[in-house]
Amino acid sequence: MTPIFFLVFAAFAVFCAINLVVQTHPIASALSLIGVMGSLAVLYLQLGGEFIAAAQVIVYAGAIMVLFVFVIMLLNAGAEAPTFQVSRFVKYFGILLLFGFLLLISFLIQATLPKADGVVFGAFQGGTALDIGRKLFTSYLLPFEVTSVLILIAIVGAIVLARKEV
Amino acid sequence: MNFFIITLIKVAVVAFVLLTTLAYLQWIERKVIAHVQLRVGPYRVGPHGLLQPLADVVKLITKEGLIPSHVNKLFYLMAPFVAVTLALISISVLPFGPEIKIGPIDTWMQLTDLSIGILFVLAVSSIGVYGVALGGWASNNKYSLLGGLRSSAQMISYELPLAIAVAAPLLLANTLSFREMVNYQSGYWLGFIPRWNLFPEILGFIVFMIAGFAETNRVPFDLPEAENELVAGFHTEYSSMNFAAFFMAEYSNMVTVTAVATLLFLGGWQPPFPAPYSDVVPILVFAAGGLIALYHGLNPARRMDKYTLPATALVFLGIAAIFGLSLFVPVLKTILMALFWFCGKILVLLFVFIWVRATLPRFRYDQLMRFAWTGLFPLAMFNLLATGLIVALTTK
Repeated sequence: MTPIFFLVFAAFAVFCAINLVVQTHPIASALSLIGVMGSLAVLYLQLGGEFIAAAQVIVYAGAIMVLFVFVIMLLNAGAEAPTFQVSRFVKYFGILLLFGFLLLISFLIQATLPKADGVVFGAFQGGTALDIGRKLFTSYLLPFEVTSVLILIAIVGAIVLARKEV
Repeated sequence: MNFFIITLIKVAVVAFVLLTTLAYLQWIERKVIAHVQLRVGPYRVGPHGLLQPLADVVKLITKEGLIPSHVNKLFYLMAPFVAVTLALISISVLPFGPEIKIGPIDTWMQLTDLSIGILFVLAVSSIGVYGVALGGWASNNKYSLLGGLRSSAQMISYELPLAIAVAAPLLLANTLSFREMVNYQSGYWLGFIPRWNLFPEILGFIVFMIAGFAETNRVPFDLPEAENELVAGFHTEYSSMNFAAFFMAEYSNMVTVTAVATLLFLGGWQPPFPAPYSDVVPILVFAAGGLIALYHGLNPARRMDKYTLPATALVFLGIAAIFGLSLFVPVLKTILMALFWFCGKILVLLFVFIWVRATLPRFRYDQLMRFAWTGLFPLAMFNLLATGLIVALTTK
């Protein structure tokens, strides 16, 4: 059952990612991005990272993308007008080339990577909130704290940039 | 296979009860507000307007589902669907009662228990804003757009104090699962004060409820649908079942917020009194209700309620009898007691929601934002830090 779900959501993620680029309307693109993040969360869940899955939805799909959509709605950005015309021949030939390129890339990655056991769904158990918390505050304490300082700097920078001149 | 059948039955029961509750919640709301404002409220359809929700549903279904010509059709139709789906989905992780054993069947009064149940509810509520925001944007109407914008800004702002208020009881109980949360709150201090999170976390509870009002777009935070400024806000252009979906989503969110407040702060299905006393409370409540209804029904001055009030009294006394009977059947007793206390607490909180709606005026938009960022947020933060300090000092 799990491999089927994996394939479904992996395919959905890829579809949404392509849709994100293809769509001309910013809201449609933003919604596709939400689709990508949602299906990524499902993939994390299947691999045993339940906390990461929840955080993915809350932070990315919930908080960040709401801000994106909010800004797009506030600016009332309309559909993007096509800036250049592409001939039909180039379009179809391009798709063909793209597939060939993807095949080549995947072949190269397969060939160069060392042989490894496949992923077994349900094998990884260290994804609970407890495990993540332990890791975060013992092994990865320094990166964690440094990241928080980085975010603080970003917030201060945003305020400085947005502040009206006195 | 057994598991699937039991789950299907549970899903069917929960869905039926939830949807009926949503319909009747609206009746309760109209009645309560009417009585607060010295009116009678719905009275024509059925005795005391009891069939009003049914009439409303028929009306909404048979109305023409109008799609204005200037809207973005895909998003316009998607928005109510998103709103109602995300609003209804949270109920799947909320427990209503303890584990029950009926013969070979051994199940929990809950659809599914996630080890990250509380995070799941937060996640679902955080993406729930898309329904409102999209609906407002896709309607291509300035009032709708303003409603959608206000609601997204409001939800982003109030989600912070809400999440921080939730974090404090999590620190105390050291779990993210609703089941363990309720188990942590079982027992009594000094033999009679329930060990609910409400008492150590009273600040957190208040912040949670206020932020809950804002998250569900209820008065005094119903800026997204402020009718004297924005016609009807984000659902101005919606009619028929599309409108009903938004309506259902709002009421369903209310049920979710009150249920989560019950589970996190009010001990879930744990009774507020120790065991032998708490068993007789439901019997007393329903018997008293039945007797009062009977007294008023037999009053010759109330000719209109000659039959309805005695019938209500019979139903109430019957329920009291069932509760009395359940004292001798352990399984039934577990189920009924859990349901009584859980639903009772939820109903009390829902009544507070309605009461506030009937009492308070609406905030101004800048007041709303200032209240969230300079009032609630620091309060929630202080509560979390204080709880963290106490937990750090008391645990080894």
